[in-house]
Amino acid sequence: MARTVWGSTVGKKAVMAVSGLVMLLYLVVHMFGNLKIFFGPGTFDGYAHWLRTLGEPFLHYEWALWIIRVGLVAAVVAHGVCAYQLSRRDLRSRPVGYVRPRARSSYATRTMRWGGVILALFIVWHILDLTTGTVQRGFVPGHPYHNVVAAFHDWWNNVFYIAAVLALGLHVRHGFWSAAQTLGAGSPTRDRVLKGTANVLALVLTAGFVAVPVGVMTGLVS
Amino acid sequence: MRLTLRIWRQHDTDAPGGMATYDVDGISPDMSFLEMLDTLNERLTVEGEDPVAFDHDCREGICGACSLVINGEAHGPERTTSCQLHMRSFRDGDTIDVEPWRAAAFPVVRDLVVDRAAFDRIIQSGGYVSVPTGSAPEAHATPVPKAAADSAFEHAECIGCGACVAACPNGSAMLFTSAKVNHLNVLPQGAPERETRVLDMVAQMDAEGFGGCTLTGECATACPKGIPLTSITAMNKEWLRATRKVPRS
Repeated sequence: MARTVWGSTVGKKAVMAVSGLVMLLYLVVHMFGNLKIFFGPGTFDGYAHWLRTLGEPFLHYEWALWIIRVGLVAAVVAHGVCAYQLSRRDLRSRPVGYVRPRARSSYATRTMRWGGVILALFIVWHILDLTTGTVQRGFVPGHPYHNVVAAFHDWWNNVFYIAAVLALGLHVRHGFWSAAQTLGAGSPTRDRVLKGTANVLALVLTAGFVAVPVGVMTGLVS
Repeated sequence: MRLTLRIWRQHDTDAPGGMATYDVDGISPDMSFLEMLDTLNERLTVEGEDPVAFDHDCREGICGACSLVINGEAHGPERTTSCQLHMRSFRDGDTIDVEPWRAAAFPVVRDLVVDRAAFDRIIQSGGYVSVPTGSAPEAHATPVPKAAADSAFEHAECIGCGACVAACPNGSAMLFTSAKVNHLNVLPQGAPERETRVLDMVAQMDAEGFGGCTLTGECATACPKGIPLTSITAMNKEWLRATRKVPRS
């Protein structure tokens, strides 16, 4: 069965749908966690510490976090590899294009590939910026509130961050609905609900993530 | 009507092709698009030039032979086949681009004619029901629920013209394959081969070199028979179900 799934365009899309939904679930949790920054350093840093003690005493310190990280890396890799292989195939399937191509499909649909590449690059930067602190001056391990405020003091970092979040919103808008179709969950009667859910998810995620740099820029978080 | 046509001319599969420009005059708005091409071809024949090769058969919009991309749209601006498209959909003085279906799996045979044998091979791989030979069975021996009959009929409307492939930015044959799979999979007569049908037809579709589905919806917009995009969703569901049911290497 695994070989059938991996060897088929329909199967690879199913892998993309499942891995995409895993990442989407993580993003919703991540966004709610981020919003705790508006309740002050105590709440935010406390939440960050709690994440590391999650599952204790059954799990050791930080184990739950590492399990989530391994799962996420697996999802990102599976999603990216499938996207790359399917895109290569799609481009090969029309070697000679049309003389008069017409504007096709919605903006969100057309930007899935490049939007995905932008998001992948952003994730690398984001981890170096706020998880490891490699690229951030004045990074203090264990003090996420301080680090977030410091990171969003650079205007170019905010621009990059907000652009990436907008790309995320577009990606989720087409991606969530697509995942439902790929997994066979769509139907003519359910289409409005699925499209609506995709739009709400995209809007809430975009607004929720953009709120943090905006909060720092306006001085609400300092 | 007076029109300027820019038509893809290509002598054979391996020859280089290009757009050639022709001016046509005296076109009636009541002519079909193919009749307009006939008018051009009559003139070309008289002038000693090779007529423009294009596929056509019934000219009633039910055979699926015609296959023209007109101004970048499969079957042109109306939601019908090229033979049922009339010149009143264009304006006097228009410049019209006419191209063949573009897909690696549909090689150009000549000018606007493409080889759609890939579709036949997808059908051969599973688009049938096995019926024991002998006397014809009693027509009412197998009850078919009304909803299943309606769904099967909706998918059976597919004429296999390939507009879905031509319109898809990925050159994907998912809408065609899903119409054929669903047509038989929703019926009790198709039940014995339900799993192998979808697995084999999707495998053949991939083997032909069609692209994958990114759910842009271009196929369903172009389909002259109105096969809905949810047909693909239904096939995905059938395919995932089949992978769980049939052990395959």
